[in-house]
Amino acid sequence: MGRFILQRLLQAIPVLLVVITATFFLVRAAPGGPFSAEKAVPPEVLKALEERYQLNQPVLNQYFSYLGDLAHGDLGPSFRFPGRSVNEMIFAGLPTTAELGLYALLISMLLGTTAGVVAALKPNTAQDYIPMSTAMIGICLPSFLLGPLLMLVFGIWLEWVPVSGWGNIPGDKILPALTLASGYTAYVARLSRGGMLEVMSQDYIRTARAKGLPEWVVVIKHGLRGGLIPVVAFAGPAFAGLLSGSFVVETIFQIPGLGRFYVQAAFNRDYTMIMGTTVFFAALIILFNLLSDILAVWLNPKLRQQYSSHSG
Amino acid sequence: MSTDATLANITDAEQGSSLWKDAWHRLRKNKMAVGGLFVLMLMCIAALLTPWLAPYSYEEQNLILGAAPPSAQHWLGTDTLGRDLLTRLLYGGRISLAVGFIATAVALLIGVLYGTVAGYFGGRIDAVMMRLVDILYALPFMIFIILLMVIFGRNILLLFLAIGAVEWLTMARIVRGQVQTLRQQEFVEAAVSLGLSQWTIISRHLIPNTLGPVIVYTTLTIPSVMLFEAFLSFLGLGIQPPQSSWGLLISYGVETMEEYPWLLIFPGLALSITLFALNFLGDGLRDALDPRTSKD
Repeated sequence: MGRFILQRLLQAIPVLLVVITATFFLVRAAPGGPFSAEKAVPPEVLKALEERYQLNQPVLNQYFSYLGDLAHGDLGPSFRFPGRSVNEMIFAGLPTTAELGLYALLISMLLGTTAGVVAALKPNTAQDYIPMSTAMIGICLPSFLLGPLLMLVFGIWLEWVPVSGWGNIPGDKILPALTLASGYTAYVARLSRGGMLEVMSQDYIRTARAKGLPEWVVVIKHGLRGGLIPVVAFAGPAFAGLLSGSFVVETIFQIPGLGRFYVQAAFNRDYTMIMGTTVFFAALIILFNLLSDILAVWLNPKLRQQYSSHSG
Repeated sequence: MSTDATLANITDAEQGSSLWKDAWHRLRKNKMAVGGLFVLMLMCIAALLTPWLAPYSYEEQNLILGAAPPSAQHWLGTDTLGRDLLTRLLYGGRISLAVGFIATAVALLIGVLYGTVAGYFGGRIDAVMMRLVDILYALPFMIFIILLMVIFGRNILLLFLAIGAVEWLTMARIVRGQVQTLRQQEFVEAAVSLGLSQWTIISRHLIPNTLGPVIVYTTLTIPSVMLFEAFLSFLGLGIQPPQSSWGLLISYGVETMEEYPWLLIFPGLALSITLFALNFLGDGLRDALDPRTSKD
């Protein structure tokens, strides 16, 4: 187990390096410097700026000094907001994004597993079709469509909840969390339905039933344990996806989170901010994938065997 | 469309084998999948015939009319410039569907070739190639494509390539797994001992046998590609005016949804109906072509 974790950690390093390198050179390859947007910057000011951001040095030197700074956890200064560092901006947005992601994760896990388990108990009946068709809606309705529709119906027409904002008016967190959760809820529902279907046909479930246990004990105590392994394994990547994918929801509902900063940075051509966020998101995704891999192997001894037999 | 055509060809060509016939029978029994296929064909026909079907010209404005709700003259209403929404939806659908099919074709081409080569040659080549896929998997691609679109401008060709270049990874994995098991079977051995060239073996014997899972995955890739295009256009990073796509129409619709909700609802319906159709068809195909795997 320790060797497996170490192996995966070592594998993560080249991945991260690829991300950093690709982002760095992509951004440097961009036509027009970061300051070309401002009209008529006097040459001496431009020169001072370039010196400040080390743009006057050879690209390779810039690359290595960026790597060096990164090794210290320093993502550099922001191009657009000269007073602020990328680190500051990321940590200003992260708590909001994390809170939103956490709510969405909770919603999708609770709602998704309930729907999936209910559906799996009576496959190919209305009890199966109704939750699963609803799940299909969750998969097919993209958040940038679902968000505005929810806003329109519950915010504007029914006036049940506030339309936008974050933490200003009670209830304004409901719609964004639901919107962000929808796709994942649907996916969790399908995962848990599949897992439960497989487990419920196993011999040990038959044994449990033969012992005369009531059906709900069989389902909850014996079925869920094995049936929800795929869901647990999905939680890690899902949370990473919720964090890095929340920029749609943040943009729609005007939530001051990391995702919205990223989109703004992309439009403002705030290159250091774009690079910093990309690297940060990549590291997050790699970390959560790693965690969920470890969790999956830890939960399922069968998987452990698989991993050692064909080495990854 | 292309997958349907391939499927039809194969059904014709391989009368002897019962796999495709069986699959077709199973698919036909799945009402949702057949419905999806039907809707999809309608959408494609509408996209192909748009210049003849569209009731108004694409850029025809009527500023005096402005945004009007659905009426006998304008079935789906008009936008703020008085342009017929049905016409704009039809033209937008052409782009959305084109992005879906072309980007998926790019993904299909790269993925199948890459996966076949890795699976066929095996050993060190396979290890290196699949490690590369693993590395690419870990990248935050949404963010990368946004970066690409910001840096290199909003070019529709780049959009096809960028999305296609992202979506081939899973395809490569699926094909590689298939080829790995196939190449150990007798018919490949027979082909080798007949002295056929490697390229012939790969293209005539291996790739055709991977078609089942590839078709299934292709059908499921198209909606995710379309979704991605719509999303990029929604952010203002995809299709640029005067061209239009469903994503772009949705993003305009959001801006004015309070006053003119039909400008959001109809483009949203068009996009989600198409996504539904593709997903149901994909699920149906999966059940039909590979009865062992259930819905995950």
